[in-house]
Amino acid sequence: MTSGDRILIGSQRESQISRFRAWVLLIVPLAAILFQVYVPLFFQFLAYLELPLLVTVYFALMQRSPIRGLLVGAAVGLAQDSLSKNPLGMFGIVKTLVGYFAASAGQRFDVDHPFIRLLLGFFFYFFHQFFYWLLSRALLGRQLVFEIQRTMVIGLLNAIVGLALFRFLDRLKERS
Amino acid sequence: MESLLNRYRNITVLLLVIFAQLVLVAVQVKNDQDVRMIRVWSVTAVTPLARALEGVRSGTVGVVENYVLLKNADAENRRLKSQLDQLKMENQFLRQQLATADRAKALSLFQTRTPSKTLAARVIATGAGAGTNSKVVFVDTGSTAGVQKGMGVVTPDGIVGKVIASYPTASMVMLATDPDFAAGVVSQKHQVKGVLKGQGYAECKVDFVPNEEKVDVGEVFYTSGDDRIFPKGFPAAIVRVVRPGSEFKEILVDPIGLEHGAEEVLILLEGVSQAIPEVQAAGGPVYLAPPPPGEPVAAPAEPGSTAASGTEADRLLERYRQIGAAQGHKFGEGLPGSKPPDFNLKVPPAGAPGATASGSAQAPLAVPGATGTTGAGQRPAAPPTAVPKQSSPPATTLPARQSPPPAPKAAEPSAPPQ
Repeated sequence: MTSGDRILIGSQRESQISRFRAWVLLIVPLAAILFQVYVPLFFQFLAYLELPLLVTVYFALMQRSPIRGLLVGAAVGLAQDSLSKNPLGMFGIVKTLVGYFAASAGQRFDVDHPFIRLLLGFFFYFFHQFFYWLLSRALLGRQLVFEIQRTMVIGLLNAIVGLALFRFLDRLKERS
Repeated sequence: MESLLNRYRNITVLLLVIFAQLVLVAVQVKNDQDVRMIRVWSVTAVTPLARALEGVRSGTVGVVENYVLLKNADAENRRLKSQLDQLKMENQFLRQQLATADRAKALSLFQTRTPSKTLAARVIATGAGAGTNSKVVFVDTGSTAGVQKGMGVVTPDGIVGKVIASYPTASMVMLATDPDFAAGVVSQKHQVKGVLKGQGYAECKVDFVPNEEKVDVGEVFYTSGDDRIFPKGFPAAIVRVVRPGSEFKEILVDPIGLEHGAEEVLILLEGVSQAIPEVQAAGGPVYLAPPPPGEPVAAPAEPGSTAASGTEADRLLERYRQIGAAQGHKFGEGLPGSKPPDFNLKVPPAGAPGATASGSAQAPLAVPGATGTTGAGQRPAAPPTAVPKQSSPPATTLPARQSPPPAPKAAEPSAPPQ
């Protein structure tokens, strides 16, 4: 088996759907949101972590269902919006798209592979920031500046953090 | 259908969720004009759709309407033609009303100017007897207004007919074209008398004009007053055709009074005769140029100096006047039985030196004037007025007369005036 074969789904075992308990689906996103709004009060540099996004990507990738992924993304995003000054739906739309595309990616890639996780974590962070910037300009008329290099650096950091987060969350999966 | 939904279920759900959140955002967000984005988006999304729908609707309706209009064009064309015909009839009616008003005005003006006492009347009906030659009409005035049988009926143009029956509220008028109509007429130019008769149609004739009389085409016949119906001087008819007949001329005329129809007429309650106007030359007044320079200008004839010009009667009258002056005789004053002047006395001819010196100064007799009405032996009512000589009389315009003034009647040499 080549490295390429290991990235893409090569067996039925690799394409099986991960299941989580309900409380996990509820508590983990809520904890991620709480972390985002509370921890930066004490650790300013942790404000760059986008844990709700990482949680959304993880559940979408693992469940491999676009509908479930977009619903998780919509729920997390709306909850995030409710705690921000943005109109309801801004993060909801973006995370809905992230959940949908992440679930679609989970159907094709071996999401258990660390590199795939790192890559997808980086990509969806960049996608999330870009799309939020785009919606802010289009819907709200905000003249935000999209700093690509900074976004890429922070995206890489989030991907690294996500790599560890994903391994932690793997333990919360139901064992079949 | 179910397989189609299953196939695109994911993207459908995605779009629905995205759309729901977009609506959510739009409900909250306002633009810089403080209008919610949901309203802006709704209007922006609906307006083009509505415009497109309206375009489709108007286009469809337009096509349908055009089709319907095309379908109804023929009916509308017929309706418009009918309306046009109706308007034409109304226009014609109004023109007739206007012409009637003009005729009424002319009639009123004529009524005020004519010396005859007249009564205006309107033709209200034609006489019974369709298909016959009878030309009879009814007018709206009758015996209660003073109309009597035998009265003449005229218009400003000329005679129309005569009343043949008078009822309390209407009168029956026989038109000039009726075969039983007759009126005495006289021609304007040659003073030829005749009888105007109707023939039952538009053209009339003038009868009883001898072949030797002269009547010209275009000449106008006026009423002569001989019939005791129409006073003298009303235009009656204009000559169209003149032909010699077996005994009398065959003269066909158009009655002038009926030339434009007779709707409003005047009934002659008391007719007053008028003079028949003189014929005007077709060319009008004739210009007479001044005489050539250097030639003696014929001075206006002084009283008693008519020897150089005039007729034989004039010269004879002048000779008698000179004879009378030479012998101190005044014509017309001698008593019966008194001695007449010597008419064989030799007097110098007119124009000889000293021949007319005394005679012209005391000429007692009238000189034939321009009117030519004074005959020899007549005493003028007033002494003749001397006319000053003019060395070069100005150019004058004289009306050309087709009928020259009658010459003075020459006195017979054998019967000189006493």
